Amino acid sequence: MSFVATKRMTLFDFVNYTLLALFSLLCVLPFIYVFSVSFTDPKVYVPFKFYMFPEKWSLASYEYILSTNAYINALKSTVFVTVVGTAIGIAVSFMFAYALTKKQMPGRNLMLGMVIFTLLFNAGILPNYLLVKELGLLNSHWSLIWMGLTNSWSMILIKSFLDSLPPELEDAARIDGCSDFAVFWRIVVPLSMPAIAAFTLFYAVSHWNTYFNALIYLSDSEKWTLQVLIKALVIDADSNSQIVGADARIVPQETIRMASIMLAMAPILVVYPFLQKYFAKGVMLGSIKG
Amino acid sequence: MRSVTAVSGGAAPEAAAKSPSLFRRMWRYRWLYLLALPGLVYFLVFKIAPMWGLVLAFMEYNPYAGLWASEWIGFKNFEDLFAGEKFYLMLRNTLAINILGLIFMFPVPILLALMLNEVRHGIFKRINQSIVYLPHFLSWVVVASLTFFLLSADIGVVNKILVTLGHEPITFLTNPNYFWFIITVQNIWKEAGWGTIIFLAALAGVDPRLYEAAVMDGASRFRQIWHITLPAIRTTIIVLLILRLGNMADVGFEQVLLMMNPLVMSVAEVFDTYAYSVGILRGQITFGVAVGMFKGVVGLVLVLLSNYAVKKMGHEGIY
Repeated sequence: MSFVATKRMTLFDFVNYTLLALFSLLCVLPFIYVFSVSFTDPKVYVPFKFYMFPEKWSLASYEYILSTNAYINALKSTVFVTVVGTAIGIAVSFMFAYALTKKQMPGRNLMLGMVIFTLLFNAGILPNYLLVKELGLLNSHWSLIWMGLTNSWSMILIKSFLDSLPPELEDAARIDGCSDFAVFWRIVVPLSMPAIAAFTLFYAVSHWNTYFNALIYLSDSEKWTLQVLIKALVIDADSNSQIVGADARIVPQETIRMASIMLAMAPILVVYPFLQKYFAKGVMLGSIKG
Repeated sequence: MRSVTAVSGGAAPEAAAKSPSLFRRMWRYRWLYLLALPGLVYFLVFKIAPMWGLVLAFMEYNPYAGLWASEWIGFKNFEDLFAGEKFYLMLRNTLAINILGLIFMFPVPILLALMLNEVRHGIFKRINQSIVYLPHFLSWVVVASLTFFLLSADIGVVNKILVTLGHEPITFLTNPNYFWFIITVQNIWKEAGWGTIIFLAALAGVDPRLYEAAVMDGASRFRQIWHITLPAIRTTIIVLLILRLGNMADVGFEQVLLMMNPLVMSVAEVFDTYAYSVGILRGQITFGVAVGMFKGVVGLVLVLLSNYAVKKMGHEGIY
C-alpha cells in the first residue's frame, strides 16, 4: 500500500477506481439479474426485458420450488453430504497433517511422499468410478462424502500451516506430561482455529458445489443433489429447447429457474461475509513465498 | 540418567545416548500414528487403490468374462487412441483452451492486484475484494446457468437486447466459433478475482518507505508501480507462470462438460470428457481407462518439468 502524504484524488486514482468498480459491477450484475427475475411475479414477467429490480415482488417462484419433492429431496441430500463430509474431512485431514509435521517419526517421509504423489498423479475418472462400484457405494451419498473428503493440496497447505506454529508451546506441554494426543487436542487445535475455519469453508463449498461425482455415482434421481437437479432444470431444459425446438418440451418458467439458482447459491452467500476474514489467510498458508 | 539431551521437534524428550531400536522409536510416536491412521487409510483406499485400475488400460474389456478377467492386449488401446480421429481434436482443444487462458486469463489477476494495491481508501478496497472473490465460491453448474441466462438463443439477456434492437438472435452456445471464447471469459469471471490474493499477499510485505522515497525523488504513480510494485511480485509471477505451464494438460472438466452440447462437440471434446463418454456412457471401460491414463501421464510429466524449472531458478517448488 502506498500511503502518500496527500490524499487528493488524481486522474490516476479516478481511472483506477472507475475500472475497479466496473469489474466489480461485472461480477455482481448476473446476481442482480437472477435475484430480480426470481422475485418477480410470474404473471407480470415479460421475457424480452432486462430486469435490474423486480417490478412486482412475489415469492411465487420460491413457493413453487419449495413445494416440490424433487427440490426438498435434493436439498436434504446436499446438506447431509456437506455437513457429514466437511466434519469428517476436517478431522481426518488435520489429524493426518499434524502427524506429517513430525520429521523424526519413522515412516513419515513415506506417508508424505504418498500424499505428494497423489497431488501429481490421479488415477482418473474410470478407476475412481470402478473403486466406488467395488466398494458398493454406487447410488449412495457416502460415495460423494468419501470421494470429496480431502485432497493432497489441502493436506499440504494444512501441514505447512501446522509447521508454522511455534514449537515452544508444544514442548512446554510435553514437559508438563501431556501425551502427543493431548498436545494435539489442547494446544494444536485451539491454535489452528483460523485454519480450521478457512478449510471448513473450502471443504463445505466443495461438497456443496460437487456436480460431476454426483452425476456419475448417483443414478437414482431420488438421491440427486442440488447441483444435478439444477443442471437438469436449467441447462438441459434450455439446450433441448435450442436443439429440438422450443415447443418440444415444457420448459420450466424462467422465474422458477432463477429462483432455483438463487436457492443453490443462498448458503454460500449467507456464510461468505462471516468467513471472509479467514479464507484469505487460508489460501495463503504455505503457498509460494514471493 | 546423566545425559539428557533436548530433542527438538520430536515427541517425548528422551536420553539419546544410544540410538534406540526402530520399535522403541515407533512406540514413542504411538499417539501420532493413531492420529495419522484415518488419513493414511483414507489415502490408501481412495487415492492409491484406484491406481490398480490402471492395469485395465492394457486389457480388452470382455463383458462375458467380467471386467477383471479381460484379456491382455498390451498397448493396443493407446494405439487406437492415437490413431483415432478424435485424438488430434482433443489435443487441439486442450491446447487452444489453455493457450487462450494463458494469454487472456493469466495477466488479469496481476493487473487487478496492481490496481487494488493502488487503492488508498480501505473501505473501497475491502468491498471490491469481497465482490471479486465471490464468484470463486460458486459451482460450475451455477456459472454455466448464469451463462445460459446471458447467452442462450431464446431466454438469454444478450439476445433479448439484440431482438429488441431488431437483430436476429445469435446462437452463442451452439456455434463452435464462440466456444473457446466463452470458456475463457467464464474462467476470468470466476477465478481472476480470487487469483489476486497471492499477489496482494506478496505486496503487503513491501516496505512503505520505498514509496515515500520514490515520491521524494519525484516518481510518478506509474514509475512507482514499475520500479517498486512489479519487482515485488516478479518472482511470484514467474513461479505461477511456470506452474501454470505444468497444468497445460488440464482443462476445467466440469466446466467443459456443462458447456458442451452435440453442436459444439468438435471444439469442446477434451480427454476427460472423452474418457467419461466412452468409458461410462458407452461402456468401453478399458479404452476409457487408457484415455484417462494418457492424460494423467502427460500431466505428470509437465508438472515434474515445471517444478524442476521452478527449483532450478532457486525457488521453492510445490513439493
